[in-house]
Amino acid sequence: MSRRWSFDALTQRLLAVLLFGLVGWLLLVPLVQLALRSPDTAFIQLLNGLAYSLLIFLIAAGFTLIFGMMDVINLAHGSFYMLGAYFAFTIVGRTGGDNFWLALLLAPLGVALVGVVLELGYLRPVYKRGHLDQVLLTFGFAYVFSDIVRTVWGSDIRSLAYAPALQGAVDILGRPYPKYRFLVIVFGLLMALLLWLVLERTRLGSIVRAGVADPEMVSGLGINITVVFTVVFAVGAALAALSGVIAGPILGMHPGMDFDVLIVALIVVVVGGLGTLSGSFWGSLLIGIADTFGKVLQPDFSMALTFAVMAAVLLLRPAGLFGRKAD
Amino acid sequence: MEAEARLAGARLSRGSRWLLPAVLLVLLAVYPLVVPSYLLSLLTEVLIYGIFAMSLDLLLGYTGLVSFGHAAFFGVGAYVAGITAVRLTPHMGITLPLALLGAAVAALIIGYLSVRTSGIYFLMLTLAFAQVLYAVAFKWTPVTGGSNGLSGIPRPALGLVAGGGELADPIRFYFFTLVMFLLVYFGLKRVVGSPFGHTLVGIRENEARMSAIGYNVARYKLAAFVLAGVLAGLAGALNTYLNVFVSPALLNWPTSGQVLVMVIIGGAGTLIGPVLGAGLVLLLQNLVSSQTDRWPMIMGAVFIIFVLVARFGMVGIWDRIVGRLARRPGPVLSDES
Repeated sequence: MSRRWSFDALTQRLLAVLLFGLVGWLLLVPLVQLALRSPDTAFIQLLNGLAYSLLIFLIAAGFTLIFGMMDVINLAHGSFYMLGAYFAFTIVGRTGGDNFWLALLLAPLGVALVGVVLELGYLRPVYKRGHLDQVLLTFGFAYVFSDIVRTVWGSDIRSLAYAPALQGAVDILGRPYPKYRFLVIVFGLLMALLLWLVLERTRLGSIVRAGVADPEMVSGLGINITVVFTVVFAVGAALAALSGVIAGPILGMHPGMDFDVLIVALIVVVVGGLGTLSGSFWGSLLIGIADTFGKVLQPDFSMALTFAVMAAVLLLRPAGLFGRKAD
Repeated sequence: MEAEARLAGARLSRGSRWLLPAVLLVLLAVYPLVVPSYLLSLLTEVLIYGIFAMSLDLLLGYTGLVSFGHAAFFGVGAYVAGITAVRLTPHMGITLPLALLGAAVAALIIGYLSVRTSGIYFLMLTLAFAQVLYAVAFKWTPVTGGSNGLSGIPRPALGLVAGGGELADPIRFYFFTLVMFLLVYFGLKRVVGSPFGHTLVGIRENEARMSAIGYNVARYKLAAFVLAGVLAGLAGALNTYLNVFVSPALLNWPTSGQVLVMVIIGGAGTLIGPVLGAGLVLLLQNLVSSQTDRWPMIMGAVFIIFVLVARFGMVGIWDRIVGRLARRPGPVLSDES
């Protein structure tokens, strides 16, 4: 690709440099200072950032696969995360005490069911009409879900109880760290690995990857792509719900969490590149860690900093870090 | 004004088509004299949100740009009008141009960064930028009042002398809003009928071809984006004058969502559609909110039903009825995709 240094190209690069400069000044400089002054704090925050990143990754992974397959931005994806957390809240509340594990299993299954109903009942009938209609539909459902949650569970801020086995602390490099968060990191990395293996090493994975590249060709080869769509949608919903359950004890639950998390997922997939799993993984790490340190170092501007990172990345690479083309 | 006169003339010469607008205008003029003040402020709000929805439709329905962050410009207009009124002067001759300028600058920056992308990326970027502005309004307490919103805004004054031509009177303010609304409506009618407007529709229909013909598509999109932003800013400023209060919620995503719902329910790609949508949504909201708290669920459900079975909104339904009765095809409304 030849580079023409037109006025636009110059201003875009200048803006990107300015934005990166802003991020460096507000985030990187204080970060280095923090690391020198109290390396312990910086290390703990890095681990926190990692745990947060992996929670976001679970949401972004399903979101990006749904987009890659069906070209649908699922604006109800944050609702799946929220529903997962609230389902778990009810399961733990009803069955009492040590049933976090049951919630971890049942809540994503329940949300996957909601996803299947949404896909089969509402999205599929409008496939022929173009993708905007589907996006608008998911938006309508985001409204409905958020109000259902408000009706059923109320507007109070709630938190999910840990399983007793998950309380306490572990030693990491001689520093104590909450056991639960450590397990979130381990679990998140395992899930990322599992997703990668399924996508890269199984037949279903190759169908999904082919579907992301060219759904029509895949269905032309005799594969029932609409069933694959439903499966991907359900798995994406379940992943988001799983993230909601795991995040429940750390981040808590409140109305409006659906949209908060949707915005973060949007930023992650835009930065990472839509439709790619590796893109959402690295995007999650970048945004999750930047956001965590932003909240510590510049509490007033943390949100703005993540948006600055996004804008700067997009100015230089409009399709995101791992995206193939802007489309 | 000359353009307005010519436009009015053109409408009149079309014979039978002048009757309905004339009756409507008379009704709008008589309305404040006969209804209780509650309904007056509701209609004023419908006109304000009508301007807001029309401005979004310029992007959504005409240019094919799905913006999910149109609240940004509504909010900027509202905040600039409010802040300048608190700190500078309540005179509308100053606060209104500044509000429009603020919205224009915001639209220029956000548009410049967003119009290079298309489809999904555009939607996400506009949403993200609007949320940034929401965060700023929420956090920057000394200037914006933070989460409590900006209160203590003086009533707007129209004249340049203090107290002269005050617009606090609801009926006067209604007429002021009506004039603004009509200016925007007929102005936009002219815009979408102009070569510029046809170019925008061309971009919606086939961007690659417009680009191949030699149009600088990004420049046209940016121009549409800034125009839409300024008009949304006007609506925001009027909203401040009406409520004498600005809340950060104006900048948050539900505002963008609601105006999108208005455009889709009314009928994207027409000018009157978004206004009807604004009317229906606000009327429903007022009726439902007095009965139950379940307004978001009802709005979501109504929206879903419209997307599923009446994609071209109320205007589309009307065209189908009229088309069937008169046995002629309704106006061509094409899909964005």
